[in-house]
Amino acid sequence: MKIIAKKPESLTGAKYHYCPGCTHGIIHRLVAEVMDELDIREQTIGICPVGCSVLAYDYFNCDMLEAAHGRAPAIATAIKRLLPDRYLFTYQGDGDLASIGMGEIVHASMRGEKITTIFVNNTLYGMTGGQMAPTTLLGQVTTTSPYGRKAEWEGYPAKMCELLSINEGAAYVCRTAVNNPANIIKTKKAIKKAFQIQAEGLGFTMVEVLSTCPTNWGLSPTDALKWMEEHMIPYYPLGEFKVKGE
Amino acid sequence: MQRVLMKGNEAIAEGAIRAGCKGFFGYPITPSSEIAEYMARKMPALGGVFVQAESELAAINMVYGGAATGSRVMTASSGPGISLKQEGISFLAEGELPCLIVDICRGGPGLGGIQPSQADYFQATRGGGHGDYHIIVLAPSSAQEMMDFTMLGFELADKHRSPVMIMAEGTLGNLIEPVVLRDAVTEFVDKPWAITGCRGRQPNIVNTLHMPVELLQTRNQHLTKKYEAIRSEEIRSEEFMTEDADLILVAYGIMARIARKAVINARQLGLKTGLIRPITLWPYPYETLGRAARHCKAMVSVEISTVGQMIEDIRLAAEGKVPVHYIGEIGRTPNPEEITQQLLAIAEREGLR
Repeated sequence: MKIIAKKPESLTGAKYHYCPGCTHGIIHRLVAEVMDELDIREQTIGICPVGCSVLAYDYFNCDMLEAAHGRAPAIATAIKRLLPDRYLFTYQGDGDLASIGMGEIVHASMRGEKITTIFVNNTLYGMTGGQMAPTTLLGQVTTTSPYGRKAEWEGYPAKMCELLSINEGAAYVCRTAVNNPANIIKTKKAIKKAFQIQAEGLGFTMVEVLSTCPTNWGLSPTDALKWMEEHMIPYYPLGEFKVKGE
Repeated sequence: MQRVLMKGNEAIAEGAIRAGCKGFFGYPITPSSEIAEYMARKMPALGGVFVQAESELAAINMVYGGAATGSRVMTASSGPGISLKQEGISFLAEGELPCLIVDICRGGPGLGGIQPSQADYFQATRGGGHGDYHIIVLAPSSAQEMMDFTMLGFELADKHRSPVMIMAEGTLGNLIEPVVLRDAVTEFVDKPWAITGCRGRQPNIVNTLHMPVELLQTRNQHLTKKYEAIRSEEIRSEEFMTEDADLILVAYGIMARIARKAVINARQLGLKTGLIRPITLWPYPYETLGRAARHCKAMVSVEISTVGQMIEDIRLAAEGKVPVHYIGEIGRTPNPEEITQQLLAIAEREGLR
């Protein structure tokens, strides 16, 4: 019997706690497949955030550390500086990275820390019950923007790839989505490229992955994917924003 | 044995290097900045890491990451910066990550001032951050002890898997005194829990989340047991002329040196005084003070603080057996003669003269 698909070794196999239709599971698997393919599981240290993926340390089969809200890039900075031959990744949501952790991510990218950030953008705070995030779209209703996000009240949604790619220290900045198989494959390629650029020591790397939150969006998993295509991708364009040397 | 003139802050930095510190993560603030500057100069040639963080929050979280690798790491700051670090200190305590945090105290609250102060006592000894925890707090009183307690601090941190704080007044940080350079530490404890990449072993996890209530309870019981062990093994204090004293002063840090001179002055004036100097501010030497309270007639807290902070611990230790008086102000270190005068006034009120 020939094995044609199996669980990546870089996942523990613990059952995910994520809601039905949530794309965290897909993104976890992509990161794990990349770790397997590069054969770096035993050299990799992951930092998980506060948010829905706070329990990621139960799922990744490598050394893991769980950070205070938003601080993963600072933690990863110290570990990478002390253990420069290890691979460091942070796994962060949009509240964690673009709100409370804005300072840490901007400075880690400015310093050109040789780490890879997987930034999962689902436009709101999932774990706490669907509050507005810096990435919430204009007009989008959340529990703390009950009349829809208004630019004059809450400002404009944060475009993190655009913001971070102008930093000299950023070596690779890319936005992808996991709304269909083609984009899932592209996401995996981007994650692999980010880890490879980290290995080359060129600087900070980040892949922003547009994700869904059917539970807090109040949509079915299928409709959530449609909503992402119709609303998120037009505002958050996909593609590579920075590739050092290109 | 090499003896050199050193600023207290530099003695801390040099002590850290001799204790095998491999990472310093800090943010500039008066009156602690010489520690960061010293480390910035020395660490590159020693193969260590120096990062000037973008904020105190980032600095303490770099300490969190660095400590998780098993390396000896530290940060240094002062009051307002230490306030910002409290989030990280709470996580370090829960994650049981050994590290050294230096508070070179200035006046507060708010921006306060940059003059000497012991007003961070509550913050240092009461946890400071959120949750059920303690950290070990050492209070040096000379440039020599700035070096020695830094080295001791790293040792205690590793022994108990706990953050350790050095709390010293801005005066000590900037005081230049002779310091005997200690030998570099060459033996370190194994840290099989460290996050280093899982080659040849099961993955390690450092986390502070314990969602099912049973896990949280087990975790906090474990920490509580550890704090009991620290209480039984690490309390440090010094006594000076307390055996026959009617009036016992309690002072730490630079104030202990000044209070000692005041004790000698008062004795020459016929007032039987003595001094207890807590060296560990947590765990606090309650028993030593309690024993003293059974034979003296009154106690006095001498602090560089106006509201009086350590006086609460003295009252706890005295258990109402003797009155506890207060001598304190902020922003300057009083001279021994001033304290002596205030002791005479207290003695008058207590009928000790």
